[in-house]
Amino acid sequence: MEIKKNIALSDTGFVFDPSTGNSFSTNPIGLEIIQYMRQGLSDGKIQELILNRYEVDKNTVEKDMEDFMTMLSKLKLTGSYEKD
Amino acid sequence: MKKALYERPVIQRLNVGLMNKYGTKTEFEPVREIDGNSVASLTGQFGSPLFVISEKTIRNTYRDANRAFKTRYPKVQFAWSYKTNYISAVCNVFHQEGSWAEVVSGFEYAKALHNGIPGSKIIFNGPDKTKEELELAIKNDSFIHLDNLDEFYLLREVSAGLSKKPKVAIRVNMDTGIYPMWDRFGFNYENGEAMDVVNKIILNSNMDLVGLHCHIGTFMLAPSAYSVAAAKLSELALSIKKKHNKTIQYLDLGGGFASRNTLKGSYLQGADASPTFDMFAEAISSSLFNAGFSEGDLPLLVLETGRALIDEAGYLLGSVISNKRLSDGRRATIMDFGVNILFTSFWYNHKISPAQPFGQYSEDTVLYGPLCMNIDVVREQISLPPLKKGDQVVVHTVGAYNMTQWMQFIAMRPAVVMIDLNNKVHLVRKREGLETIEGQEVLPGYLKNCER
Repeated sequence: MEIKKNIALSDTGFVFDPSTGNSFSTNPIGLEIIQYMRQGLSDGKIQELILNRYEVDKNTVEKDMEDFMTMLSKLKLTGSYEKD
Repeated sequence: MKKALYERPVIQRLNVGLMNKYGTKTEFEPVREIDGNSVASLTGQFGSPLFVISEKTIRNTYRDANRAFKTRYPKVQFAWSYKTNYISAVCNVFHQEGSWAEVVSGFEYAKALHNGIPGSKIIFNGPDKTKEELELAIKNDSFIHLDNLDEFYLLREVSAGLSKKPKVAIRVNMDTGIYPMWDRFGFNYENGEAMDVVNKIILNSNMDLVGLHCHIGTFMLAPSAYSVAAAKLSELALSIKKKHNKTIQYLDLGGGFASRNTLKGSYLQGADASPTFDMFAEAISSSLFNAGFSEGDLPLLVLETGRALIDEAGYLLGSVISNKRLSDGRRATIMDFGVNILFTSFWYNHKISPAQPFGQYSEDTVLYGPLCMNIDVVREQISLPPLKKGDQVVVHTVGAYNMTQWMQFIAMRPAVVMIDLNNKVHLVRKREGLETIEGQEVLPGYLKNCER
């Protein structure tokens, strides 16, 4: 899944989408994932990076990543929605 | 290298709108221990969920209430309301502090005796007292509070052949200016029914009328209602003195003081909305002093406060079973406790704190219990940090009614522990097991050993 290219990110987790004018708040791990997505990393690679960095098991990361992607999609922050 | 602490990734849209004057975040620090015992060690030893009672909080709360009343009125007696929490360890802490027992059924009466309370310090309330229970109460010199005329006739019949006079009070209901008016308990004051019963007792029975009782409501937020109740009971007592030359020894103002919980739909948090013991004491004692009793006839003030004395001493520890996303995007967290053991979540927005460190981020969550029932909702909406499976929470102010009204439904009821004044943990009620249920069942012989 691709994140919209034009969104603005702050270091504190403030997210701004200039195409809709909506703003969002995310936590540090959410911010980290969005930054990885902007770098074009795959979901698998992002999960691997999270697993290496945090005290967490694989199932939890997989489940939480899926949920986070769903939320990004619902909030229209992903590329697929941009095409719509 | 040690890995960093994980928190579930979350994102939410920021809405522009009216400011919430209370902010969105409810918790800033995890509650990792209760009276010196870590939440993890308590659930590790006794399982999750787990009810925890702080003896220190019970005693401090009781002493605060006792001080509030005794510094204002010379004759005060508390009677512990068994129905609020009848775990024996809890009752005995109140009894050690000087409380009598206030019971509303034969079972509770037996429990009070079992706890070592002399019959003469038991107040027997409630509408359902059998002939045998009344005989026992008379024999034990207990205070019998008459709720209805059928009970009056039954007690008159039971006591007719006895040499001992039963000590009775009548339950009086009245308009104290609150809505709804509780008129189901006892005899009405305004329409003269209460005085009629008094006449019957004094003129036409073998009973000794020693007290007047009322129970005007529950979770009362207006001390002024108690002021009215105390004034009306005093007026009745003075009328009895004038008409029958009979001195009423005690006025029992019942219970109903609000605890510091937050009622659903309340604008203010419970801690800000609920009156203090001093406010209730001031309202009641002022009314009694102004009623016109002569100095020698000042009645004993009896209080059956339950909820306000025990609620804050109780905690429920629980764990996260799972997280899920609802169809409308809301977050839902499923806990290992539900309305089966946290009955009060039907009417309170209980304060719930995570028991482990968390970040700054919080999100709105629906908290569900583990029951296969749609009504099993602990909080419709609560702002909590992202919780993951296995994380633990502490539910605050659960000491009243949960350990008596809890249901055994599809799961067993949890253990209850009490932490003493030296922070030592005592198991005061065992976790139920299959044998708790099976022990009560009887399987007919012809249904045993069925071929399957």
